[in-house]
Amino acid sequence: MATLDAAWQQIRRFDEMAAGKTVIHRLDPRVKLIVTFFYIITVVSYSKYDLLGLLPLFLYPVVLISLAELPLRYLLRRLFIAAPFVLFVGVFNPVFDHTRLLQINGFIVTGGWLSLVTLCVKFGFTVMAALILIAISGMNEIGSALLKMKVPRVFVIQLLFMYRYLSVLIEETGRSIRAYQFRQREGARTRVRITRKVWGSLVGQLLLRTIDRAQRIYQAMLCRGFHGEFHVLQRKKAGIGDIVYLIGWMLFFMMARWFNIPAFLGRFFMGVGQ
Amino acid sequence: MTRHLLMTRRQKMTNHLVEAKDLTYIYSDGTKALQEITFRITRGEAVGIVGANGAGKSTLLMHLTGILLPVSGMVRVGDYPLTPKTIPQIRRRVGFIFQNPDDQLFMPTVFDDVAFGPLNQGLPMEEVEQRVVEALQTVGAIHLKDRPPYKLSGGEKRAVAIATVLAMAPDILVMDEPSAALDPAARRSLIQLLAGFKHTKIIASHDLDLILDLCERTIVLSEGRIIADGPTLEIFNDEKLLAKGRLEKPLVLQGCPVCSHK
Repeated sequence: MATLDAAWQQIRRFDEMAAGKTVIHRLDPRVKLIVTFFYIITVVSYSKYDLLGLLPLFLYPVVLISLAELPLRYLLRRLFIAAPFVLFVGVFNPVFDHTRLLQINGFIVTGGWLSLVTLCVKFGFTVMAALILIAISGMNEIGSALLKMKVPRVFVIQLLFMYRYLSVLIEETGRSIRAYQFRQREGARTRVRITRKVWGSLVGQLLLRTIDRAQRIYQAMLCRGFHGEFHVLQRKKAGIGDIVYLIGWMLFFMMARWFNIPAFLGRFFMGVGQ
Repeated sequence: MTRHLLMTRRQKMTNHLVEAKDLTYIYSDGTKALQEITFRITRGEAVGIVGANGAGKSTLLMHLTGILLPVSGMVRVGDYPLTPKTIPQIRRRVGFIFQNPDDQLFMPTVFDDVAFGPLNQGLPMEEVEQRVVEALQTVGAIHLKDRPPYKLSGGEKRAVAIATVLAMAPDILVMDEPSAALDPAARRSLIQLLAGFKHTKIIASHDLDLILDLCERTIVLSEGRIIADGPTLEIFNDEKLLAKGRLEKPLVLQGCPVCSHK
C-alpha cells in the first residue's frame, strides 16, 4: 500500500519538476525533444569497447541537472529502478568475451567486462536523458512538441491519455487496497496479503471503477470543448536562445563523437602521447 | 412589422434559456431514471433541484450539457434543441461543475486547467490568458495559478473548478452538489461567490440550506418525476411534500435546538 502511494507521489513529482521556471524549462519543448533524441543516438552509436570516448557526454546530464535545478538523488533513484534490465542484457558479456584489452598492475581487463561497463554507462546516460526530458518539459509539453513535429495525432493523444489515466488507476487501486486492508484479519494489518480468492473480484472492481472515473474525466473534458486536441499554452515562440541551445549541443555531440576529447585533453595538459 | 415580430420571437426564445419537455431517460439496464420531466427556466433564474438519492438529479443535469441524450421528449438550451449536432453549441452556453472537482481538474497546473476550455474554443493567446486571470480572480484563487491541482484543499479545488467553467464565459451554470465535502467556511464563501453571479443557475444538492440561500425557485424530484416546482420557501415549508421527497426542512427553518426541546 505504502509503495503504491509512493509510486503515485513519484509520478506527481515529475509534474512538479516540470513546472519549474529555470532557463532550461523556458526553452521550446521541440528543441529539448530534438536534443534529447540526438543525445541518445550519439550515446548508442559508440562501439561496445569505447568507454573513454563516451565520457565527454557526461557533461550533458550534469549541465542540465544543475541549470534546471533538478533533484539529482531523486533522478538517480528512478534510474536504478530500470537498472536490473540492463544487467540482464549484459551479464553474460564477461563470460563469453575473453579478449584481453588492457593490463593494469597484473589485473587483466577483458573485452567482456569493458563492454558490460560501457553498456551500463550507455544505459545510465540514455535513461537519465529521458528522465531529464520529462522533468524539464512535462508530458503535455512533450505532447505538444510531438504534434508540432507532425507525429500522428492518434499516437500523441494516446500517450497523453495514458499518462493522465495512469494516475487515475493508481489512485483507485490505492483506495481499494486500503479498504481491503482495514477489513483484513486481525494481526495481519501491518502487511497487505491479498488471498487468491479475493484477487479476481478486486481486479474486476478496480477495472469497473477506473472505467467509470475515466469516463467522468472524459465527460468533463468534453464539457469544456475538448475535440481531440490538446492545446498547450505556448508562452512564447522559439527564439534565439532555443536555437543556440540546439546548435550548441549538436556541435558538442558531433565533436564528442568524432574527436577523442579525453585523448586531446590528455595531450593538451600532460603532453602525453606526443 | 415582420421585423418587430422577429425581434419579439427572438427575445422570447433567448429568454427561455433552459427548457425540458416530457423528458424521459431510461438507462440500458431498464431503470427509468427520468419520466416526463417538463420545466422552463428563464434567464437569470436560480433554480434548486432537490430529491432523494437516486431521484434523478444527476441524470437530469447530464441532459443539460448533452452528456446524456433523452430517450424521448426534448431539451432546449437557448435557441438550440439538444441533438448530437447541437451539443458543441450547447456546451458553449452551459458550464457544468462536477460533483467531484478531482474529475474536473486534469491538467498539470491550475493555470493550464483553467486555460483548457478557452483554448479549445480557439481563442487567441492573449484573450485566453486574460480570461484565465479574470476567472481565477473572480473565485479568489489567482495565487494558486502555478500550483498543481491535486495539491489544493477541497475548497480551493472547488473554486478552481468553478474558474475553469467561468473562463469559458457560459450563460448558464449547472452544478452537481457544489457544497459536497467542503468545510463550513469554504461552503459559506462558495455561497457568497455563487450569489454574486448573474448567470442562470441550476443547482442540484442535498444541502437545502444552500438552495434556500441561493435559489428563489426549487424543483423537487422523486423517482424520476417532478413532484413539485415552485418558490423555494413555499416548498421547504411544506413538510408533507418534503417527506414525500425523502427530504427534511433546511436547518434554518427548523426550530431552535435549545428552545424547541424545552
